[in-house]
Amino acid sequence: MAGPMKMRATLGQGFTEVRVLMTHPMETGQRKDSDGKLVPMHFIQNLTVKLNGKTVVDAQISQAVSRNPVFSFRLKGGAKGDKIEVAWLDNQGDSNSTESAVA
Amino acid sequence: MKPIALLAALALTGAAQAQDTAKEIQRYRQMIAEGSPVELFEFAGEELWKRPQGPSNVSLEKCDLGRGPGVLKGAYARLPRYFKDADRVMDLETRLLHCMTTLQGRSEKDAAARVFGTADRPAEMESLSAYIAAQSRGMKLDPGVSHPKEKQSIELGRALYFQRAGAWDFSCASCHGEEGKRIRMQDLPVLYKPQFARPVIASWPAYRLSTSGFITLQWRMNDCYRQMRTPEPNFGSDTTVALIHFMTVTARGETYRGPGNKR
Repeated sequence: MAGPMKMRATLGQGFTEVRVLMTHPMETGQRKDSDGKLVPMHFIQNLTVKLNGKTVVDAQISQAVSRNPVFSFRLKGGAKGDKIEVAWLDNQGDSNSTESAVA
Repeated sequence: MKPIALLAALALTGAAQAQDTAKEIQRYRQMIAEGSPVELFEFAGEELWKRPQGPSNVSLEKCDLGRGPGVLKGAYARLPRYFKDADRVMDLETRLLHCMTTLQGRSEKDAAARVFGTADRPAEMESLSAYIAAQSRGMKLDPGVSHPKEKQSIELGRALYFQRAGAWDFSCASCHGEEGKRIRMQDLPVLYKPQFARPVIASWPAYRLSTSGFITLQWRMNDCYRQMRTPEPNFGSDTTVALIHFMTVTARGETYRGPGNKR
């Protein structure tokens, strides 16, 4: 079960600043647990961002990203009330998504 | 002439290096703060605050943290303080434990069974602390100082700070007693002096990057005593509360900026 996810989208001068927080273990597959067994890889593979239904970011990421990642980026344009959707999919088929309006 | 010039040059490089290190640590801390997932813990804490639990199957929403039942705004900034219903001084976590036993009808053993979590499974107490502390952001730290039991607790905390004990005969002041010291990246603030206690207390509880977990002041007391090799203090004991109380009173008046970030 995917943990909480949070997003904030704020309007700047000609751009929209988006900040997404995700709960995810981001296991590299290199770590051993207390019994000495390898913890299987478990990481977010795909991240998609949609602005009013149109895909603006389609990212492939890897194990190199930390646990509970934060993604922060600027989108060109955007207006107050625009709908931003963010979704992720990990290598074990788990997924989560959230949406918010630009403020 | 020559050796003197060389020595002066060496001294200069040393000073420059120390300054560079301090600057780099500062930069690193800023990077941590920008990517902090503290809000995720606040979010999880809010759910736990509102979730009915225990034999009484009620949430903690009626819990009185000192400003009236269910009032969260500014509650953390006014802790620790004396609570009449429990007849003792309590910090946030001790008070939460009190509410879990009185309101939710859970046994203390059950409620305190897992107060310090791991990255994979944060403890209930940690997420709750994040949620509640966040609602005192921007407010002045104003712990209780007037009730006789509060005065007693502060004095006990002060005494404990300097009390050497355990196999290594350490006190808090053994590490946190001299200015300008640090262990690797971590400054060792002199916590009985306001100018050092203020920024530290104003940022606890906090997200800890190296363990990907949320840490609380009760955890900090517990872990410091572990490092000092004393027997483990009880969660929410008069000892741990008194130390937290003493340090918070030392930081009194500082604007709360937490939940913060640790390396």
